[in-house]
Amino acid sequence: MKHTLIASVQDQPGVLVRVMGMFRRRAFNVESLTVGHSETPGVSRMTFVVDTSRISSRIVEANLRKLVPVFDVHDVTHLPTVSRELALIRVRCAEGERSQVNDLISIFRARIVDVATDTVIVEITGDPEKVDGLVELLRPRGIVEMVRTGKVAMTRGASARRGLAHEHDADADPLELAS
Amino acid sequence: MKKTGAQIVWECLVREGVDTVFGYPGGAILPIYDALIDYPVHHVLVRHEQGAAHAADGYARASGRVGVALGTSGPGATNLVTGIATAMLDSIPVVFITGQVPSKVLGTDAFQEADIVGITMPITKHNVLVTRIEDLAPALVEAFQIARSGRPGPVLVDVCKDVQQATIDLRWPEAVDSTRRRALPQLKRSDLKKAAELIAGAERPVILAGHGVIESGATAALAAFAEKTGTPVALTLLGLGGFPRSHPLCLGMMGMHGEAYVNTAIQEADLLLAFGMRFDDRVTGNLKNYASGAKKIHVEIDVSEIGKNVPVDLGLVGDLKQVLEALLPSIEEKAHEPWMARIEEGRHDTRSRDIVHRESGDALYAAHVINDIWRTTKGGAVVVSDVGQHQMFEAQYYPHEAPRTLLTSGGLGTMGFALPAAIGAKFARPDAEVWVVAGDGGFQMTQCELATLMQEKLDIKIAIIDNGFLGMVRQWQEFFYDKRYAATPLLSPDFVKLAGAYGLPAHRVDARADVIPTVERVRSEAGPALIHFVVQAEEAVYPMVPAGADLHAMIRRPHESPPEKAHASRAKGEAEVAA
Repeated sequence: MKHTLIASVQDQPGVLVRVMGMFRRRAFNVESLTVGHSETPGVSRMTFVVDTSRISSRIVEANLRKLVPVFDVHDVTHLPTVSRELALIRVRCAEGERSQVNDLISIFRARIVDVATDTVIVEITGDPEKVDGLVELLRPRGIVEMVRTGKVAMTRGASARRGLAHEHDADADPLELAS
Repeated sequence: MKKTGAQIVWECLVREGVDTVFGYPGGAILPIYDALIDYPVHHVLVRHEQGAAHAADGYARASGRVGVALGTSGPGATNLVTGIATAMLDSIPVVFITGQVPSKVLGTDAFQEADIVGITMPITKHNVLVTRIEDLAPALVEAFQIARSGRPGPVLVDVCKDVQQATIDLRWPEAVDSTRRRALPQLKRSDLKKAAELIAGAERPVILAGHGVIESGATAALAAFAEKTGTPVALTLLGLGGFPRSHPLCLGMMGMHGEAYVNTAIQEADLLLAFGMRFDDRVTGNLKNYASGAKKIHVEIDVSEIGKNVPVDLGLVGDLKQVLEALLPSIEEKAHEPWMARIEEGRHDTRSRDIVHRESGDALYAAHVINDIWRTTKGGAVVVSDVGQHQMFEAQYYPHEAPRTLLTSGGLGTMGFALPAAIGAKFARPDAEVWVVAGDGGFQMTQCELATLMQEKLDIKIAIIDNGFLGMVRQWQEFFYDKRYAATPLLSPDFVKLAGAYGLPAHRVDARADVIPTVERVRSEAGPALIHFVVQAEEAVYPMVPAGADLHAMIRRPHESPPEKAHASRAKGEAEVAA
């Protein structure tokens, strides 16, 4: 099972190393991690997709929360969220095939952002499943190079923090860990 | 008022109430050492930085206060690493302050530069590199707060040399945000109710009490809880002393070298109350068959420990003392007579096998030495044990009545811990009778600290239990590697002569009859002393749960018989495996 966690962390040198060091040390499996600025200066936002087949997401969350530069952590897997990923895909495309490719990717609301004699770069934004879908369709044409950002996520609703349990309530959740 | 970075370090330590620090100077920390002379803090010069780390750790374990160790950059800092990891695994509050090369040459492989923040990231609760003078006071204040708050642990502050030399108007920071943020959650009434129901419904409950009992100061609360609910208490190695060994409800140590009736009780229990412990593999054995019939309540200050190794029916996050006090009014008075009677049967069988009943003959047994030290000190000493067989014999044969009377490296199992940790403990509790119990192997790892002990004129008694082997490893080789004793036979110096070189009075004992008189003699003389006990070479610690085996599948201690015979029967591999 995959879980999506979002964390607010201090925007400070070494924080990424500290977070990833914890994942490595605990042998937690990270599928993707994105880091960037948040709405607050001095606070970075991380989105993790973690494989929780071996270890519960609560343990991952609790270990993240123990790190001093981590302000808060929320597991948004089961909350309504908007999640997006961006991919750039360099795909083989002879001059005569461009309109064909264009038709195909427009279904995904993707677009061609660069053209060379026998390749094009396709840019797509969407949830990771949609990106997967386009990648599968393009693969037979020959994908020369690809880069994906990994997922970023935000809960739906009016307020930035609404919909998220208060940190202490989230902390208290593991109390019911019936076997 | 203008202060240099170096002065700020000492101002902060004084403000935190630190009276003693342990360290070793060097180039990158010289400004801090230069400022030391003007402050009322006693600095203990160790002979190796590992000793400083263990001494600060021992100081913290003995007192409950934050220990402090200092080292220079590069090798000074890397020498601290084993001691930092030791403190981390046992949740000991220690602040490490290291010098670092000047900030402008950071990252250039400058002389004695090591990325100690990078190196110690996984073995500290937190660490920080200070490159600007304005960050120094907040970093130090936060370091102490982090070290002692919640689940305690080591914090390292790495201070660039130019920061130590720079000056600033010192202003103390307000309460540090990171600890406020980490306030513990409120206990839920519904959870306390559920706990009370599980406790009321149990017929065969067992309390598993760990180091958290001691760290939280919950010994009285634990005793009240155990007595009200009539629940027997099993202890982890680091929990020893958290519940009086002489208490009728005290079962003693659980786990790999716990007595058979203790582990059997855990396996047969219908409710386990895990208090401030973390279900370490040395305590549970094979997790698949661990107390499978028992409901489990886990009270723990670190939420990431709940459900980590063992799934539990109810987790209560909080300070153990507070949780127990909140729980106490809502639980009913109970007694579990049939359950206690069943446990007593097992205890009786264990007593019949107890090595204290063994005839000594010409042999000297490690367990007898430990037991005789207990007898002579009337159980009142602070014992600092090293790691190995003697550590387990100590846990079995030196019953502890009070918290912070056994200091030992449990989680990391660091050989060489005992002597330097005892030095720290003696500073923390100058009035306590402090004993080092170490094996011949572990003692040699940090024996250079004998010089520290002499320089500081400390009254510490040292018992070296010398069996000429790395005994615990040898035992594993005997049981699991067909007695192929690779690299475990060990040549030691004449410890009496070695002590003599330091001006330390020392005695050699190789007969049982001399144990008590010699221990009495060194106790009657003020000042340090060393006793070199030459014990049976191939003695094993029983019972033993082989690593990864089910907790009840232990190799039992053979029934007592004359030593030659007992030894011969073991040699034939007739060690009894309990069903």
